[in-house]
This record gives sequence, C-alpha cells and structure tokens, in this order.
Amino acid sequence: MTRISLTVDGAKVADDVEPRMLLVQYLRERLGKTGTVIGCDTSNCGACTVHLDGTSVKSCNVLAVQADGSEVTTIEGLAATTGNGELHPVQEAFRECHGLQCGFCTPGMIMQSVDLLKENPHPSEEEIRLGLEGNLCRCTGYHNIVRAVQHAAGAEA
Amino acid sequence: MTAVQDAPEVAKEIGRDRRRKEDQRLITGRTRWTDNITLPGMLHLAMVRSPFAHATITSIDTSAAKAATNVVDVVTGEDLGEAQGVLINAWPITPDQKAPTHLPVATGRVAFAGEIVAVVVARTAAEARDAAELVDVEYDVLPAALDLRESAEDTVLAHPDLGTNKSALWVFDSNEAGTGGDVEAAIAEARADGIVLEREYRQQRLIPAFMEPRSTVVDPTGEQLTVWSATQIPHILRFALAATTGIPESKLRVIAPDVGGGFGGKLQTTPEEWITVAVARRVGRPVKYTETRSESLMAAHHGRDQWQRLTLAADREGNVKALKVDLLADLGAYVSLVGGGVPVLGAFMFNAIYKFPAYRFAVQTVLTNKTWTDAYRGAGRPEATFAIERLMDELAAELGVDPLEVRERNWIKHEEFPFTTVAGLEYDSGNYEAATARAKEMFGYDELRAEQRRRRDSGDPVQLGIGVSTFTEMCGLAPSRVLGSLDYGAGGWEHASVRMLATGTVEVVTGASAHGQGHETAFSQIVADRLGVPFEDVEVLHGDTQVAHKGLDTYGSRSLVVGGEALVKATDKVVEKAKVVAAHLLEASADDLEFGGGRFTVRGTDQGMAIQEIASAVFAAHDLPDGMEPSLDSDATYDPVNFNYPHGTHLCAMEVDTETGALTMRKYVCVDDIGNVINPLIVAGQVHGGLVQGIAQALWEEAVYDESGTLVSGSFVDYLLPTAADTISFEVDHTTTPSLTNTLGTKGVGEAGTIASTPAVVNAVVDALRPLGVTDVQMPCTPERVWKAINGDGASGGPATEAAAMPHFDPAEPGADSTEGDAR
Repeated sequence: MTRISLTVDGAKVADDVEPRMLLVQYLRERLGKTGTVIGCDTSNCGACTVHLDGTSVKSCNVLAVQADGSEVTTIEGLAATTGNGELHPVQEAFRECHGLQCGFCTPGMIMQSVDLLKENPHPSEEEIRLGLEGNLCRCTGYHNIVRAVQHAAGAEA
Repeated sequence: MTAVQDAPEVAKEIGRDRRRKEDQRLITGRTRWTDNITLPGMLHLAMVRSPFAHATITSIDTSAAKAATNVVDVVTGEDLGEAQGVLINAWPITPDQKAPTHLPVATGRVAFAGEIVAVVVARTAAEARDAAELVDVEYDVLPAALDLRESAEDTVLAHPDLGTNKSALWVFDSNEAGTGGDVEAAIAEARADGIVLEREYRQQRLIPAFMEPRSTVVDPTGEQLTVWSATQIPHILRFALAATTGIPESKLRVIAPDVGGGFGGKLQTTPEEWITVAVARRVGRPVKYTETRSESLMAAHHGRDQWQRLTLAADREGNVKALKVDLLADLGAYVSLVGGGVPVLGAFMFNAIYKFPAYRFAVQTVLTNKTWTDAYRGAGRPEATFAIERLMDELAAELGVDPLEVRERNWIKHEEFPFTTVAGLEYDSGNYEAATARAKEMFGYDELRAEQRRRRDSGDPVQLGIGVSTFTEMCGLAPSRVLGSLDYGAGGWEHASVRMLATGTVEVVTGASAHGQGHETAFSQIVADRLGVPFEDVEVLHGDTQVAHKGLDTYGSRSLVVGGEALVKATDKVVEKAKVVAAHLLEASADDLEFGGGRFTVRGTDQGMAIQEIASAVFAAHDLPDGMEPSLDSDATYDPVNFNYPHGTHLCAMEVDTETGALTMRKYVCVDDIGNVINPLIVAGQVHGGLVQGIAQALWEEAVYDESGTLVSGSFVDYLLPTAADTISFEVDHTTTPSLTNTLGTKGVGEAGTIASTPAVVNAVVDALRPLGVTDVQMPCTPERVWKAINGDGASGGPATEAAAMPHFDPAEPGADSTEGDAR
C-alpha cells in the first residue's frame, strides 16, 4: 500500500492504495466519483477522461500513485471551475446541441472538449474531429458532438 | 411575466426541438449506471472463460482460487446445478428447430471461445480477477465448426449430439402464400428473354459495441430479489428469470437504471445475468458482475453474419419480375433470445419498395463454434436492404441506365398506397418520389454525375462514386397476432399509465425502456400536448418493474409508435374521466364541454376549469358524481394493428484513390420520411448515429476469427469503431407522409439510418470502380480489399479479411520490426 494525497474536484483527499490501482478505479471505488466511467480496457474509448493538473488524461492510463500531489478535475467538479456554480459552457453546449444520447461517453467527451478548446479556442471542424479522435461514441455519429464543440467555441468567444 | 400569463394559447409541444430532460444528470456525471451501484457487503464476480472454441472439459481444479485471500467462493456449473437455470430462445422459427441446451455456466463441454466455465466470488473485483487466474481447467480440444458455409455442410459438428449444424430452414414463397406468382417460372422466363442477375453477398459479423459494458447487480436480501442490469429488456428479463430459475415472478424486481446504449446488443437474456442471480442466492449477499470490454466483445452477442445468394429476374426494359433469396445465417454456438428470428425479420423486406410479382425467401440457420448472434440495429432489415439496393444498382448497370431511373421504374407510386406487397405486408403510406426529388436537390446529383464523368474521362487517379439507397423498413414491433403466426413466444403490445397528482403535475409510466433514445423528453411532449399541462410538469418513469409493472421494452423502433400510442390512449382516458368531474363541478352537461389547452369549458359560456383543478378536486374527493371512483389515473395496453413503414432516399459520394485503395466520404445526404416528428432534435440524433453504424459496416467493422476459433478483433484496438476523425457531417432532411397506423402519424426512426446507409456507401464505392471492371467489393471495404478489387479480383468482392492482422503474430514468420525470437 502506498499513501497518496491529492485534490479531487476541489477537495483534499488522502488514501492508502495498492500500487497497481488505476486513477479511474481510485476515483470510482474509493471516492465514489462514479461520474467518470470505464468503457474499455485498452485506453481506446476515452470515457474515463479527466483533467490532471489542468490537462486531459485517460484516467485508466494513469496509476493512482502517479496522481499523488496533483489536482484532478472530473466531470462532477467541472461546473464548479466556472466559479458561478452553473454548468460549464461545454456542458451547456452538449445539451443545447444534443451532443449526447445514452450519455456514457459524455463525461470523457466533455472533459476532452474542454481541453481541446483550452489549447485551440477557435478550432476548425477538422481540428475538432482530430482533437476528439481518442474518444469513442456509439450513439451520436459525432455530428452533434462536433456541433457542440463549435457552439461552445462560439459562446466562449 | 404578465404577458406570458395573458397568452391564451400554449405553444404546441409536438414538433418542438425541446432540449432533453435526461441531459442534466448525464452532463454532470450524476448517473446511475449499474456498475455505479454499491450495496453493503457486496461481493464481486469474475468469470473463468474457455480459451477454446470447442472442447471437452476434463477437470476443473478450484482449490488454489478458493484459498486466495478475500475469495468467498468459486463455483462451477456442476456446483450450481439446476439453480443456475437455463437460457431461453423466445422465437423457435420452425417447429423442428434444433437448439442445444444453453446453460449459463457450461458443464462437460464448451462450444465457443469465451464461454464461462467457472465463477469466482470475492470481496473486490480485482481480487476476483486475480483468483480467476488460479482456476485450473483441463480441456480436450475438439474440432471446431467455424466457417459458415462449411458448417452448413456439416463438415465439423458444433454440437456433436445434435447430429447436424442445421438449426432451422424457414421459407416464404409468394406462390404458396397467395401473395404473388411463381419465382422459378418467372426466372425461367427471364432466362429465355430478359435479364437474370445472380449475386452472392456477405454480411460480415458485427459487434454492437454499446459504450457501457454490461453489468448486473443482484440483491437477494429483500423480499423481492432485486436485479439491476444494463439491459434493454427489464420486463422480458424478469419473465425469463421466473420461467427458468423457479423464482416466482412476483418475487423478482428488475431495474434497468441508466443504460449506456444497446443497439440490440442488450436485447438479450445473458449467462452473466443468470450467474449473478444464482450466486447471489447461493451466498445470500449482494453481488456485482461488470464485464471488461474484451469480455464484452468476445461474449456479448454479435450481429449479422450471413451469406446471401440472390437471383433477380427482370424483363429487357428493366421491370422486375422475380426475386429469390437464399440465406445462410450464422447463429453462433447457441440459439439466442431472438436467434433465427433476426433473418426472419428481414424476410418481408427484400422486395422493399419495388413491385415484384413473385418472391421467395429461404433462410437456413446454422450453428457454429463462435459467439452467439442476435439482434443488432436493424435486425434482418439492413441485410435485406443491402441485398436489394445492391441488386438494383447491378440491374441499372446491366441496363446502362441511372440507378435512380431503374428504381423509379419499379417502385410503388405515391398514389398506389395503401399497397399490399408480394411479401404480404400492407404499406399504409409513403412518397418515394418526393423523398428522392428532395435528396437529389440537396445532393446536387446532376452536378456530381457530371464531375464523375469528367474524372472518368481524364483518368483521374481519384475516382468519384455515387451511391444510392432508396430504402423502406418495417418497424414498430409488433402486432401480437403477426408475432403469434410467426411462432414468436410473446406479444408485441405496450403499456402506459398516466397519473394526475394532487398538485397538478403528472407521472407517466411506460413499459418501454430507454437507453439513450430520449423517451423522457419525447413522451413528455406528447402528454403535455394532449393533457394541456406544461412540459416541465410531466415526469416519465420507466425501467423498473416495481414502477412500470408491465411492458415489452425497447427494440425494433417500437417505443414511440407502439409505446407512444399506449400513452395517447391512457392520456385520453384521463381526459374522459376528468370530463365527468368537470361536468359535475361546472353543473353542465358533459356534451356541452370542450377540452383544449388543458381546460374544460362550457360551450358558449366563459365558465371553465383546468385539468389540474379537477385533479385536486378528485384528490379531495369531497364533491364527486355519485358512484365515481376518486381517481383519474388511467392505464392502456396497446397492441398495434400493423407495422409502419418509414422510407427514404440516401445519396452518398465516395472518393476512391485507385492507386492506394483509400476511401474518402465526400458527401452524405438523406431524406427520410418518418411521418410526423415529435422532436426534430432527437430525430436528427437518431439519424446521425444510425448512419454512422451503417457506414461502419460498409467500411470498417468486422468480427474476425482465426482458424482455431479465437476472436482476433476482441478489443477496441482491433475492432474498428469509427472515431470523430473518420466521419463527416451529414445533410439530413425529411419529407412527411403521416403513418395511418397510429394516432400521432409517426413512424419509427431508431434503425432507419443504419438500414439505409450501408448499401449507399458500398454502391458508391462500386460505382467509382465499375469502369475498372469491379462489380463488387466485400464489406468492410478496406483499402486492401478495394486495391485488390481494382488489381484483378474485381468480380469476386475480394478476399476474406486476414485473421492474422500482423505477420509477426506467427512465430514462423517474425515481422521486420519484431524483437522477439521463437519462444520455443
């Protein structure tokens, strides 16, 4: 067991974890942060995407011990980062543009989209599509996810 | 806000692009996926699965696993005995169908790679998985039946005790049914003086690949055993558990909480569900099982997997005369819930929108030693649409005319509806001319044809192909009598309840079970309009047999057209009951009352009452008509009288690099007629998602087995789900001829995109290459296959997909970049 302490969605947490425990398992099983989900076992689907020190990572591809001392933001804490407690503009855009159906990929899609727009506030359609290549969705055909990111880019401009 | 209060008319909800009620919790991560559920003392399962496609189990040693820390139990099929129940096939398509017994945990013999042979129960999922590695199973490997066509010849038996791999032969013949002429006579006539096209197409094996892996939690500690499952069919699951485990149905509660996609893949009763129930009862504690993605791809049911032999006869002018369909359909190792019913659902659709005078369909279902197959989005109808739409393009090529021209020559004209087809269905409404005209206009059809000619003439290495698909489908499963006549084990009705609460808000209960479709929003719109209450005041409840006690769940594009109609009928009953109260309280004759915008008014006066006021009065029950039961709550169970028949015209432009085989989708236009639309935003989403699943069959996806029966596309590294970077934006529009088979005039939309798009894409690829002598490219149309088709294999559709994806997997042939020698 290894002791880790980190900040998750603004709260300071500390636990003893097995060295092999993945960050996503830590979030779900130890912290009850079940908004972040597991969709595959090969780091292809991106459903588990969170922000680690402000950058998107697939939390199935990070060990919990690697997050020691870091700041993690999940879909559950994203709205609070706007400072007004309401929805983050990207969350709002996904709803406005019907960028989700079953919603299982949505936490990862939103977290990746936030990171994408942070790096490139005014992406072209092609840049959006390439920027979301690591996140799989089976419901939407991506059409409205792309619209949502475009909408958020416009709203933030 | 005064202006709003003064506004006399509420905007109609039906037809509005309402944002979804479901989204708030989904975009903030406040979700209830089954795997999120944690109960006190809950134990976790891990499955030990067979690595062999076909083998005798000679021994199972569980002692090391049982000795591992925090392991509570390790059980085999023999340990569970009859308590594990058995998995059912609800649709024996013929009386003499052969179906092997399907136990949740195999005993004695395994019939596909991935079949469960033992189950580990531990305090954590990780410990269960660790211990699963310690279970020592000895196998004697048996020859495996893998190739569909070889298996149909009984070369190797998938289940030796059955004596054959042939499960059932199901036939429809228009001459015998009295719905049309004699196919063989028409073909013979066309051979003498006409056109006969004979083609063979492959429907490759696909994996539904819903994003949420399947998960089941069972709590045996209450009076009712509670089962949470990531399923499309909580009601059917409850019925089947009761029917096979000996648990009384009244002692079972099944909940489908948030369910992350299904596409038919969760229209199943699964070994994993049965095992979780059996183990929870055995240990007396709550138990959870969540599959890994690799397990999901290997063991959750697959879809499609057919060979289609097709014969189309036409006269010299291109008027179709007969269609003969011979299918081989791969069931996999067991006959699943719908099983052979999937190809039968396609049996009525090969004739599609065309006026064939004679038609014959036959499907032979075949058992093999591969993962079982069942419904995948479209279920039978994509296969039918692919075959006929590819054939119509072939007929156009034979005649040397535009593919739209040959379709128009043969399709049902809009003034000919209602039209009884050669398959015996009555198409109630449609307008193929209108949808096609609109699609051509949006697509710029003539301009793209001109560009295609220019590129052909100049010998451009990148050729342009234009693909057409003018599809129809039958949806809204289903009239119970029709299902009965096809030997399906249940009906096709749906149930709804509408409850007016004391404060004027409304609870709606539906037996349909959503998993991403947006029922809560669309159903709220229907009820808000019909009752005249605010959209926000309607709460839609579903997916829990304690709440929605009756239902037949969600599949086959049925929720709106069957479940929505039940809702309409239940809502109308509420209004009828309220009307009696309104007449009493307003001291008027019921005949003088009008209902609109949520108010009963006395004709010719300014007197009236809102339905919410009546709900309060009924709750108080102080002053009701004599003998009236103090309730407005109403139920309805609706059994449809007919299917409904969405249709549309899809046009696809593909660019094909003839030097590399690379494909690029340039444009995709679809104009679907789905009748009246409740929520255009939700409909667009259904169309987009459906399109990509159909396009993915055409271009990317295939479940591939190697020669020993191992699924080599068993992870998302190898099974090619499209990403945002692989796909384009679509141009979607609608023409509208309301359905005449339901009150709202709606048609199903959930499967339309998937059904239509696959042939549109393949037709475009073949159209680009036809001048090079290519007449077919087998799906998925990979660059490798396209290149091989161009370079000399043009008529055969290209080779089968290589099972060995990388040469260095073969120790005899280390790849150039391999750093490993021969391990032996």
